[in-house]
Amino acid sequence: MIEIKDLHKKFGKNEVLKGIDLSIGEGGIFSILGPNGSGKTTLIKAILGMVIPDSGEILFNGESLKNNFKYRDKIDYLPQIANFPGNLKVSELIEMIKDLRATKATHDEALIDLFKLQPFLNKRLVNLSGGTKQKVNLVLTFMFDSPLIILDEPTSGLDPISHLRLKNLIFAEKEKGKTILVTSHILSFVEEIADEIVFLLEGKIYFKGSITKLKTKTEQPDFEHAIASILSASYA
Amino acid sequence: MLKILKYSFYDLMRSRWSYVYFLFYLLLGIVLLFLNNDLSKAVITLMNVIIILVPLIGTIFGVMYYYNSREFTELLLAQPVKRSSIFLGQYFGVATSLAMSLIIGLGLPFAFYGIFNSSAIWDFSLLLITGGFLTFIFTALAFVIALSNENKIKGFGYAILLWLFMAVIYDGLFLMSLLYFEDYPLDKFSLFATMLNPVDLSRVLILLKLDISALLGYTGAVFQQFFGTSFGVILSFVMLVFWVVIPTFFIWRIAKRKDF
Repeated sequence: MIEIKDLHKKFGKNEVLKGIDLSIGEGGIFSILGPNGSGKTTLIKAILGMVIPDSGEILFNGESLKNNFKYRDKIDYLPQIANFPGNLKVSELIEMIKDLRATKATHDEALIDLFKLQPFLNKRLVNLSGGTKQKVNLVLTFMFDSPLIILDEPTSGLDPISHLRLKNLIFAEKEKGKTILVTSHILSFVEEIADEIVFLLEGKIYFKGSITKLKTKTEQPDFEHAIASILSASYA
Repeated sequence: MLKILKYSFYDLMRSRWSYVYFLFYLLLGIVLLFLNNDLSKAVITLMNVIIILVPLIGTIFGVMYYYNSREFTELLLAQPVKRSSIFLGQYFGVATSLAMSLIIGLGLPFAFYGIFNSSAIWDFSLLLITGGFLTFIFTALAFVIALSNENKIKGFGYAILLWLFMAVIYDGLFLMSLLYFEDYPLDKFSLFATMLNPVDLSRVLILLKLDISALLGYTGAVFQQFFGTSFGVILSFVMLVFWVVIPTFFIWRIAKRKDF
């Protein structure tokens, strides 16, 4: 589904991605891990076309992303920070995003039900609490039936119930055969959902494979220690 | 692009600041007209306000809107929308709503005053047209500045400096150079220098239309000779259009290459 070839990106003098080669197949949950500043968000933003690479190529279903914007119709993206134009009402925001995409949204009403958002539909976004905004964010992300879903730190700022609902949503989407890319620092969450791990370290891919493979590679009994051993090896 | 424009425009139309801006012009128009009773004097006062205030508000609003809608912009960037459409749509949304506040805010009191039956209708329309141009010009410049500066404080600083330069410093430099080179023929130079600053260009256009160019002395006569002709007026408007098109082109170009 996504083919990344020798991707380089510099921000000023800071070389963030130093030659990423990655191929992500169809179906399954892929988790992108790595310490702070390892290039996770940059990689995701490069796939979304928000960051323009210095060199290298990204193919989405065989098509190059360069000067292309229509492919984003096949991606649902949950950004890290939920912040919307304050003067719009919730229902207007949902209508707006629907209006901007060619595909029909099918799940918006079910999702509004699930997150109990009906009382807020006619309120302006500026008057909503952070948690409610994040729920709106989730509705916006999951209301389309796109084959690729990208979630950037989806757990940040969620209460336990919403966390659980999010997890169920992710599993339900996986059942439909979708590809899901997740970044998260919460290892228990990753261990629970991820089929495959992509570990970024200093702008390069350090490891790609299943959690079991990671455990054998690092000779550690559990996931947390495996990650810790990679990190301490790199800091040493 | 039209969809983004529509939403930016709606968003702004509901913001308190658009109303404050609109009410300010409404009040200004009412006070000037009904307490003063002299239409051309009112137009001159309005000109002075518009020449200074419209660029300032356009600059501040443009920069503020861009920085405030940053997360929203990121939301849009992840949608199947062309990059240039997002930024051009936002720019036209801001500029259109500001221009509308100006035109409706001033237009209402003048309409009630009976401007349509008065000979000052052309002066007044010219005032609104140049005001509209200045809004579009300075909002575009503000967007260019905001797009090129990640740091909000720097962006605001540059924007204010730009306004200060165009509205105040440029005139000072212009006058100083006129005094310094007074032994030389300066007609061409002053015409040229006026063309290069949209604020000066608008001011001269309105002043000459108001037939008070005699106040400007010899230079006024030169200006009258040039701007008084239809060629001069057309050239001035072409320059104003260039002042809109060139920054808009830069918005498009910078947006295409920028990382978010």
